[in-house]
Amino acid sequence: MENSSEYLKQERSQEWREELRNALKAKDRTAKIRVHMPEENPTERAKSSIEVNRGLTVQMAIEEAQRCLDCPDPTCIQGCPVNINIPKFIKYVEKQDFAAAARTLKETNALPAVCGRVCPQEIQCEASCFYTQKLKKIPVAIGNLERFVADWERNSGNMYIPEVAPSNGIKVAIIGSGPSGLAAAGDLAKLGYAVSVFEALHEPGGVLKYGIPEFRLPNEIVDVEINNLKKMGVEFITNFIVGKTATIEELKEEGFQAFFAGSGAGLPNFMNIPGENANGILSSNEYLTRVNLMNAAHDDYDTPIFLGKNVAVIGGGNTAMDSVRTAKRLGAERAMIIYRRSLDEMPARKEEIKHALEEGIEFLNLNNPLEYFADKKGRVNRMKVQKMELGEPDSSGRRRPVPIEGSEYEMDVDLVIVSVGVSPNPLIPQSLPGLKVSRWGTIIVDEKEMQSSIPELFAGGDIVRGGATVILAMGDGRKAANGIHNYLKNKIEKSI
Amino acid sequence: MNKIIAVENLSENVVKLEIEAPRIAKKRKAGHFVIVKLGLKGERIPLTISSSDPEKGTITLIIQKVGVTSHKIANLNVGDLVTDVVGPLGQATHIEKLGTVLCAGGGVGTAPLLPIVEAMHKAGNRVITVLAARSKDLVILEKEMREFSDEVIIMTDDGSYGKQGLVTHGMEEVILREKVDKVITIGPAIMMKFSSMLTKKYNIPTEASLNAIMVDGTGMCGACRVTVGGTTKFVCVDGPEFNAHEVNFDELLTRLGGFKEEEYQAYQTYLEGLKNVVA
Ligand SMILES: Cc1cc2nc3c(=O)[nH]c(=O)nc-3n(C[C@H](O)[C@H](O)[C@H](O)COP(=O)(O)OP(=O)(O)OC[C@H]3O[C@@H](n4cnc5c(N)ncnc54)[C@H](O)[C@@H]3O)c2cc1C
Ligand SMILES: Cc1cc2nc3c(=O)[nH]c(=O)nc-3n(C[C@H](O)[C@H](O)[C@H](O)COP(=O)(O)OP(=O)(O)OC[C@H]3O[C@@H](n4cnc5c(N)ncnc54)[C@H](O)[C@@H]3O)c2cc1C
Ligand code: SF4
Ligand code: SF4
Ligand code: FES
Repeated sequence: MENSSEYLKQERSQEWREELRNALKAKDRTAKIRVHMPEENPTERAKSSIEVNRGLTVQMAIEEAQRCLDCPDPTCIQGCPVNINIPKFIKYVEKQDFAAAARTLKETNALPAVCGRVCPQEIQCEASCFYTQKLKKIPVAIGNLERFVADWERNSGNMYIPEVAPSNGIKVAIIGSGPSGLAAAGDLAKLGYAVSVFEALHEPGGVLKYGIPEFRLPNEIVDVEINNLKKMGVEFITNFIVGKTATIEELKEEGFQAFFAGSGAGLPNFMNIPGENANGILSSNEYLTRVNLMNAAHDDYDTPIFLGKNVAVIGGGNTAMDSVRTAKRLGAERAMIIYRRSLDEMPARKEEIKHALEEGIEFLNLNNPLEYFADKKGRVNRMKVQKMELGEPDSSGRRRPVPIEGSEYEMDVDLVIVSVGVSPNPLIPQSLPGLKVSRWGTIIVDEKEMQSSIPELFAGGDIVRGGATVILAMGDGRKAANGIHNYLKNKIEKSI
Repeated sequence: MNKIIAVENLSENVVKLEIEAPRIAKKRKAGHFVIVKLGLKGERIPLTISSSDPEKGTITLIIQKVGVTSHKIANLNVGDLVTDVVGPLGQATHIEKLGTVLCAGGGVGTAPLLPIVEAMHKAGNRVITVLAARSKDLVILEKEMREFSDEVIIMTDDGSYGKQGLVTHGMEEVILREKVDKVITIGPAIMMKFSSMLTKKYNIPTEASLNAIMVDGTGMCGACRVTVGGTTKFVCVDGPEFNAHEVNFDELLTRLGGFKEEEYQAYQTYLEGLKNVVA
C-alpha cells in the first residue's frame, strides 16, 4: 500500500509538518486532556433517533489535533486496517486545512464518515497510539477527528471525488454493497474498470443501512458515500441476487471478467430452545431491518413492527446493543440485555455499553434464556432464565459461563430479540459447486489478494471472516481490488 | 422499476398482472417466487411467479387482495411501474415422473399451484386437480388448469359450482378411487393442515407450499421460520415447499397471525382513505 515507511518519512519531513511540530512543545501536547465528544442528553436521545455523538466543533478538533505528537514511528497506522496516514491527516487538522485532511483520509479509506463513527478505535488505531502504548495515557481521539474531517467535508458541499483513470472498459462485478463491496468498487473505479455493484435488497449499503441504527450512523451519510461512488462511474444494480437472478457463469457470458463477493454474514442464528418460534421473538436482523431499512416504526410506512413494554435482547455484541437501544427508543419500559457472560466480556464496543447504560438499559449479565412461553394468541409473554457463573477459560480465552443449578427464574417479556450471532450467507457458495469453503461456510481465500479457489472470484468482509468489522471488511475490499487488478493485468498480458 | 404490461381481474378479489422482468422470466422455474415492493414506503411481500414468457421478458403474478399491500398492487394499471421486484426466490419444485399426482388448491393457492400442475403434466404425470373456493365467483384459473390436468374437480363451500364440500372431500374421493403417488397442496395454512392430515392417513407423500410472513426473502431475517420435522427452517431459502407431514401447521397458523391487529388497523385506514378519494 501507499504508506511505506519511506513514504511516511518523506511526508513527515515536509516543511509545514516540521513547523507545526515545533510550534508546540511535546510536553505541552501531552499535558492536554483528551477533548470530550459532545453527546446528546440521554433522556432526550432515548426518545428519538437523533445521533448520540454530536461531533467535535472546529475549536475542539484543533485542540485535540494538537495532542498528536506526529511521531517519527507512527504506531497508530499499524493499528488501522486500511493504513490511514493518521499523523498527516491530524496535522492538517491542526493546520486548519480540513480539505487536505479529507483528501488524506480518502487516499486509503473510501468511507471515513462511517469509520469515524463505527470503528472500534479503542482496539485498533487508538490502541496502538503512542499515548496508549508508551505514555499510558488516553490516546489521541483519532476516530473522532476522522469523523470531524469527513463531516466537515460533506457539509462544505464540496466533496473531493477521487480521480478516476481513463476507462479501460473491462467489466468487474461486485456482489453485495456492504462496506467491503463499496471499498472494492471505489478502488477498481479509480483504476478505470467498469464496475457494477449487484445488491440483493432494494437499497445499497449492506449492514450500514439495514443494521446499524440512525442514532449511531445516519443513513444519509451512507447515501452520500454511495452517490460519490456513482459520480466515479460505479453502477449500482439493486434487486439483483447473484446466484438467483443470474449466476456468475451467466454474468461471465455478459462480459464480466472478475468478481468480488462481499455478500456478508447475513444468516441469523437462533438458540433452538423451546418456544423460540413464538410471535414477538425475532432475530436482531429482522428487528433492525424492519426499523432501519423499512422504516416500520413510522406510521406512513407499510411495514409492521412488534412494539414491546418488556423487551429482552439476548446477546452481548454490537448488534444486541443496537437492538436494545432501538427498543428503548420505540417506547419500551424495560429494555434489557440478557447475556451469559459478565459485563467485562461483552464483545460490544465499550462506548456503546456506556451509552446504553446512560439511556437506562438494564444489563442482566450472567443470565441465559432457557425457554419461552406464549399467551393464547401465540405471542410471547414470559421467559425462563438461568443464572450463570464464570468457570475456567475456554478456547476464546474468556472464562466459560457455567449454569448455576436451581437458579432458574421466570420473568415477563412481550418482545424478545435474539442476537446471538450470524452465519455466512450461503447464496454464493450454493450457486458455485467448485468453490472452496470452510466448515463454517466462509469462502476460503488467499490472504494477500483475497482470491478464492475460483480464479476470477475474489471475496472479503464477513463472507470470509464470518462476522467482523466495517473497517476489516473495507480493508479486504481494497486488497481484493488490488488482487483483481493484478489478475486482470496478467490475464490480458498473457492473451496478447 | 418494472412496468405492468397487462392486467386482468380473475374474480372480485383476485387480479392477474403481467410485469416486465426479463431476467426473472428467463431464470424462473415452477415453485419460485418474487418479493415485490411498491413505492418508497411500501412493504416487501412475497408472490409466486405463476407463469413467465422468457421471449417477451415478462412474469405473471396472481394476487389476492387481503391487506394494504396486496390491495395496492392489485389496483395497479397497465403502464404503471412496480418499484421493486426481486427473484426468482426459493427452491424450485422437484418435478419428475411419478405416476399420478393429485394437486389441491384452495383460494389464491390456485395461483402458485398452476405452474406446478403445468410442470407435472409436462413431465408425463397423470395430473388430477382439485380446486376449492367459497363460491362460484371465487373459482379462478379453471381454464388454465384444465389445459394441463387430466381431470379437474371443483369444490365450493356453498355448492354454487362443482360439488359442494371442502377441498379434502374432493381429494379423498380421488384417493379412494385410484392410486395416488404424490399430493401437492397449496392454499390457506388451515386448508393445507387438513389436506396433510388426510394424506397422512393414506400414507401418500405430500408437499405443501408454505406462505409464511417474509421480509427480505433471502434468508437474512428469520421472519419466515417454521418448524419442519422438529427443526427450524426458513421458508424463503429452504422452501417454500416442504414435506407436509412434517410441517408444524399450528405454529405456522400462529405465526401468520403475528401482525394481525396492526395489519387490520392499517387496512381499515387504507380503505377509509380510498372511500375519501372516491367521495
Ligand atoms: C447491527 C450491527 C451493528 C454493527 N456494528 C458495528 C460497529 O459498530 N462497528 C463495526 O466495525 N462493525 C459493526 N458491525 C459489523 C459490520 O457491520 C460488518 O462486519 C460489515 O458490515 C461487513 O461488511 P460486508 O461488506 O462483508 O457485508 P454486509 O455489510 O453484510 O453487506 C453484504 C451485502 O451483500 C448483499 N448480498 C448478499 N448476498 C448477495 C447476492 N448473492 N447478490 C447480491 N447481493 C448480495 C446483502 O444484501 C448485503 O447488502 C455491526 C453489524 C451489525 C449487524
Ligand atoms: C412463498 C409465498 C408465495 C405467495 N404467493 C402468493 C401469490 O401468488 N398470490 C397471493 O395473492 N399471495 C401470495 N402469498 C401471500 C402474500 O404474500 C400475502 O397475501 C401478502 O403478504 C399480504 O400482504 P398485505 O399487506 O396485503 O396483507 P397484510 O396486511 O400483511 O395481511 C392481511 C391478512 O393476511 C394475513 N397474511 C399476511 N401475510 C400472509 C401470508 N404470507 N399468507 C397468508 N396470509 C397472510 C394476515 O394474517 C392478515 O390477516 C404468498 C406468500 C408466500 C410466503
Ligand atoms: S479507519 Fe478506523 S482504525 Fe483506521 S484510523 Fe479510522 S477509526 Fe482508526
Ligand atoms: S501514535 Fe498517536 S501521537 Fe503518534 S502519530 Fe499516531 S496518533 Fe499521533
Ligand atoms: S424472509 Fe427473511 S429469512 Fe426468510
